[in-house]
Amino acid sequence: MTAIEARPGIVLDAEERRRLRGARAERIGRWVLPVAIMILAIGLWDRICVWNEIPQYILPRPGVVLQTLWKDAVLLFGSLMVTLRITFLGLALAVAGGVGLAVLFTQSKWVEMSLFPFAIVLQVTPIVAIFPLINIYVDNQTAKLLLCSWIVAFFPILSNTTLGLNSVDRNLIDLFKLNGATRWQQLWHLRLPAAMPYFLGGLKIAGGLSLIGAVVAEFVAGAGGQSSGLASRIIEAGYRLNAPRLFAALFLISVTGIVIFLVLTLVSHLILRRWHESALRQER
Amino acid sequence: MVDDPGSGAPLLSLRSVGKTFSNGVAALDDVSLTIGEGDFISLLGPSGCGKSTALRLIAGLSSPTIGTVEWHKQLGSDCVGFVFQEPTLLPWANVFDNIWLPLRLKGMSRRQAEPAIRDLLDRVRLSGFDKAMPRELSGGMKMRVSIARGLVTRPRLLLMDEPFAALDEITRFRLNTDLLELWREERFTVVFVTHSVFESVFLSNRVVVMAARPGRVFRELDVAAPYPRGEPFRTSPEYAALCRETSDVLGEAIHLNPGAGDDGH
Repeated sequence: MTAIEARPGIVLDAEERRRLRGARAERIGRWVLPVAIMILAIGLWDRICVWNEIPQYILPRPGVVLQTLWKDAVLLFGSLMVTLRITFLGLALAVAGGVGLAVLFTQSKWVEMSLFPFAIVLQVTPIVAIFPLINIYVDNQTAKLLLCSWIVAFFPILSNTTLGLNSVDRNLIDLFKLNGATRWQQLWHLRLPAAMPYFLGGLKIAGGLSLIGAVVAEFVAGAGGQSSGLASRIIEAGYRLNAPRLFAALFLISVTGIVIFLVLTLVSHLILRRWHESALRQER
Repeated sequence: MVDDPGSGAPLLSLRSVGKTFSNGVAALDDVSLTIGEGDFISLLGPSGCGKSTALRLIAGLSSPTIGTVEWHKQLGSDCVGFVFQEPTLLPWANVFDNIWLPLRLKGMSRRQAEPAIRDLLDRVRLSGFDKAMPRELSGGMKMRVSIARGLVTRPRLLLMDEPFAALDEITRFRLNTDLLELWREERFTVVFVTHSVFESVFLSNRVVVMAARPGRVFRELDVAAPYPRGEPFRTSPEYAALCRETSDVLGEAIHLNPGAGDDGH
């Protein structure tokens, strides 16, 4: 960890003092600036509503959104739980599928060559365009949403993990061969740990994507009135011109996305902090 | 203590070995070499003379196009230790676990392996660093871990591929001396690839000077200085004379095809 405070008894020249001041200001600014801008923006939003006398069904004031969040808490958080369930199940399946396929790919170049294009096709086709098909072929509502969330989330995990499994030091592979390591030992003791930073990078992207996948799936499915997740709350609120609730639901979704990202970042940091460059602080 | 190293029976021989890669490059041509038990042999030569290829052939990591690599005794797979140019440690494992790796791959538990590892840590002067992660160590210390890992299976033959090339001179001298001490205590055989005349003369009892394009043995030189060789040997006139002689032979080998020595890797 970089020391921000000067050690007592050490005389600093002007350049070092400036550097120290800069580091201190940066540390504080990193947190204070975004929060300040956020508060400013919300304040401005509130003022604009008042100054222009914008009706609540067009743009509610932030206070009203907060009130609605409290008033409709049971409804909204109930829906959030539905969406979260799909999100996490989708993410879990994406991890299993992505890592599983990546391991399969590294076992045989032929399998990778044959299957990777299909993964790309699945990735580049917009999920909204695929969903009507899923809607026809899959009956179970949960399965539909899960499939959707999975398709969106699994690709970054697959491609990152594949890259990681293949980015092993050639000399280490020789060392394993020299010591008569089996394929399984090579995978377990060498390739999987080496792929960990890549996998975690993919996981961070996939966490956000699985939420997006779940919400988009609910949107498309919810148009038929079959879903009870946050997306259907938004559609419903839109029909009824209930803008405060719409904003409250939107707020919940983005907070959820942020929390997922932060949690995954923390997990990644905890796993990598002892060895990987990305988790180390810059030292001069 | 062995005062007359390299007197052992032949351990392995390369017999008219050639290696041509699929891109048509002849890395080795008609190389014959006998390595005796207890030898410390340096392969010295310019870039592209096939030193590393020879090492990989001996290790069994690659097979010759023609000729044979023949072991004179039936030895198991764990009779060879390998030390790479880079320390090549597992960055996610601490020092202890890195040294344990070869034994672990052979199914030995941490507890079974512990005495051997503690002993080695002592010998490479790293006791107390068993819990340290590779990134916390200096370049020299990482190389010590790498050497310990190479020796943990108690190999009959230790293959070293320019292990100290990336280190500063002070660290390099220190590791040279320590390596010699380990070698004299444990009596394993070493094949050591290097670019450095000084290093090859200081360490080995026999220097094999190689020439490039195609890679081949140019001349073998016996280094007739007695062991133990410590820091005093480094500044002795005897050492200087041996270095000059070796350097001259290397010069001849390089001049066979000018430009072979300066292709930059």
